Amino acid sequence: MANHDPIAAPVSALTVRNLTIDLPKGMERKHAVSDISFDLKTGQILCIIGESGSGKSVTANAVMGLLPSAISISGGSIRCGDVDLTDASPEVLRDLRGRVVSMIFQDPLSALNPLMTVGDQIDEVMFAHGEGTREDRRARSLALLTEVGLPDPELMYHQYPFRLSGGQRQRVMIAMALALEPAILIADEPTTALDVTTQAQILDLIRDIQRRKGMSVMFITHDFGVVAEIADSVIVMEQGVIVEQGSAEQVLRNAQHPYTKRLIAAVPHLSDNDRTHDEVAGSAPVIEVDDLRKEYRSGSIFFGKERVVKAVQGASFALQPGRTLGIVGESGSGKSSLGRLLVKLMDSDGGRILFDGQDIAPMKEAQFRSIRPKIQMIFQDPFASLNPRSTIGRILTAGPVAHGMAPAKASQQARALLEHVGLDGGAFDRYPHEFSGGQRQRIGIARALMFKPKLLVADEAVSALDVSIQAQILELLNDIQRETGVAMIFITHDLRVASQICDEILVMQRGVIVEHGPPSQIFRNPQSDYTRELVAAIPGERIAA
Amino acid sequence: MAGYLLNRLWQSVVLLVIVSIIGFAVLNLTPGGPLSQFALTPGMTQEAMDRIAEQMGLNRPLPVQYLDWGWRLLQGDWGTSYRDGQPVLDVIGRHITATLLLMGTSTAFSIAIGTWIGIHGATRPYSIFDYSVTIGAMVALSIPTFWFGLVGIYIFTLELGWLPAGNMYTIGDGSFLNYLHHLIMPSLVLSLVNVAVWSRYMRTATLDVINQEFVKTARAKGLTERRVLMKHVVGNAMVPMITLAGMQLPSILGGALVTETVFTWPGMGRLFLDSLGYSDYPVVMGLLMVSAILVLLGSLIADLLVALVDPRIRVG
Repeated sequence: MANHDPIAAPVSALTVRNLTIDLPKGMERKHAVSDISFDLKTGQILCIIGESGSGKSVTANAVMGLLPSAISISGGSIRCGDVDLTDASPEVLRDLRGRVVSMIFQDPLSALNPLMTVGDQIDEVMFAHGEGTREDRRARSLALLTEVGLPDPELMYHQYPFRLSGGQRQRVMIAMALALEPAILIADEPTTALDVTTQAQILDLIRDIQRRKGMSVMFITHDFGVVAEIADSVIVMEQGVIVEQGSAEQVLRNAQHPYTKRLIAAVPHLSDNDRTHDEVAGSAPVIEVDDLRKEYRSGSIFFGKERVVKAVQGASFALQPGRTLGIVGESGSGKSSLGRLLVKLMDSDGGRILFDGQDIAPMKEAQFRSIRPKIQMIFQDPFASLNPRSTIGRILTAGPVAHGMAPAKASQQARALLEHVGLDGGAFDRYPHEFSGGQRQRIGIARALMFKPKLLVADEAVSALDVSIQAQILELLNDIQRETGVAMIFITHDLRVASQICDEILVMQRGVIVEHGPPSQIFRNPQSDYTRELVAAIPGERIAA
Repeated sequence: MAGYLLNRLWQSVVLLVIVSIIGFAVLNLTPGGPLSQFALTPGMTQEAMDRIAEQMGLNRPLPVQYLDWGWRLLQGDWGTSYRDGQPVLDVIGRHITATLLLMGTSTAFSIAIGTWIGIHGATRPYSIFDYSVTIGAMVALSIPTFWFGLVGIYIFTLELGWLPAGNMYTIGDGSFLNYLHHLIMPSLVLSLVNVAVWSRYMRTATLDVINQEFVKTARAKGLTERRVLMKHVVGNAMVPMITLAGMQLPSILGGALVTETVFTWPGMGRLFLDSLGYSDYPVVMGLLMVSAILVLLGSLIADLLVALVDPRIRVG
């Protein structure tokens, strides 16, 4: 939080008044944003927060003059200096972009041109505005790469984006955005696709650069944790309307609008209380893993240079019925590989997986087929994991029917389960595209439950959902576990989520389990340095208080 | 890289051997054969037939004939044409220029026009322009080429008298303009289909790229719309098109059977049809090998070009 002087009221870098943006006809509402007004004060970070569909990204794109042609501004003004961006000519807007207003995007993996080197892409910003000679631009690019903290700028300059990690690419994007020292930086969820530790670094970088250059930053996010880390002032948007705005202190400490309160409450907090269970534990474990290993090999066998990546090294753990085990780690830590080994989506290179006392690791597919229904998976992407051409009923019943359940019984059970996960039975005959992300994830859960599994493996099952929906799904999973006694393995990159639902947590780093213990240990008394680092990187823990 | 090339070359050799065995077997196992034309000669005796067969080496077992043919091929002797007794390579060489001229012109033309139409349509999807070229492409693709050829001859030769109906040049007039005059109609007719195909692919490739985030990044930099399109959109959309262009190489030399026949163009397509009619097996086998080599060469060149343009492929 910047301690700005309340007397010297800062001037506005951007003044938005009564802005209304229309959606194309036939959408669920008429306006993407309607009648919104706010100021982006010079030298401040303004966070615009809201869930998907709240109109926050549309607002950002409107400032950049980058709205898709189907969406148009129907009223109001966006003033930047003497220019009203809503009725400026395309040529004026083009000249402002990159020079006065810059933007960075959510997904650094797709925001860079894969065919151009990093250096050329930074150079292009200056080239577009006719700045400097070739040599000047090159020197400036190298300076920028250094400024955003990339190692070995000279090498980085000639590198193609695919060689860089997500965090490095986002740094390149920031370097690009800073090339012409713009007055305004618009950041559209720039850390959402990054791991917690990388997210913390990028937030620090943006904060640091903003302070040094006195830039004004408009920061779009859906995470109140991030708001608490970085914002000077906050705008809360719901369904295209601003429901609350004020200083970050004010909004975080003393939210007025129920929607804001709900959003803040829904932010998963670190819980260092371990879960309690009614029944006494001690029944035989559902699954017991012993020294499980998996290596990936790449490169040609004929022409040398084979690369071996140890994805999972010597993983061992056991899980009782009715309990949840969290597997936490950053991308590349091997957590998803471990999950895939457990459901036998791929074969292990060594070790045992005892499921109900049988070692399933060496089993062939034909042998394993009769056991597969007992181990079910819930996937990350609720949009990609349901066949868009099948009805919900078909999606739910296809598996059990293939395993010999009578179709009539399967549909009866499917309807019952749909109601159980909070959808009405009418969903049975509808198609996936008719449902929201949260509803689809409920369908995914119902599908997994059709087999009455003993073990559920949820791979980032709530990562793609808005926070308020996330909380509901976690609650649903919790209820289901208490009713059915299913054991659950919950794979996530989000320590906060893991802390809320897990009895025990495994922390993985580069294929190795570096720590194993109940949430109370992991968060209050972490044993490994890596866990400590992860816990420290969690954004916005202050608002948990 | 060297390892990759060696690997590809080795694969190509194996494929060529397989193709040649299949081609040889199919040709020789079908009824008829080079001797059947002699059988109709009045007064031909079985004895004389046997003697001819022996002279041509056709009385040996098929595997022996194949090995003999293959061995000579490796030494640069592709056999002699049954039809006129000339070396196969010479026969092919005489026809390949005509085909190169026709297909080269039409391919260059269709890639240029098709690319332009594809980009133009993709940047204005569902506009009047986009709809008309889509319908145009469907028409061009669904009507057979020979129909366009015949209609062209009817209108431009018979009715208007502007263009010649066929052949590559007027006998006795070898001027460049005369060649050009003969080239116009067949190359345009060929281009109709190719423009349609190429523009459809280019439109799809461009649409795939145009909504990607990095295009938005390019706009956010303040680049002109023209540079966004040419450098960022088209640059990336061209990558899959290179592979497609590689697959066009064999057809550039392989000729267009139908078009060359309609316009009596003395190219490879005509040669293939005629040789089949005369059971001129050495020439047919020669053409088969040329087109097999071209297919492999085309895809190899395309893969190398893609690797050159797209850094992500280079590591593989």
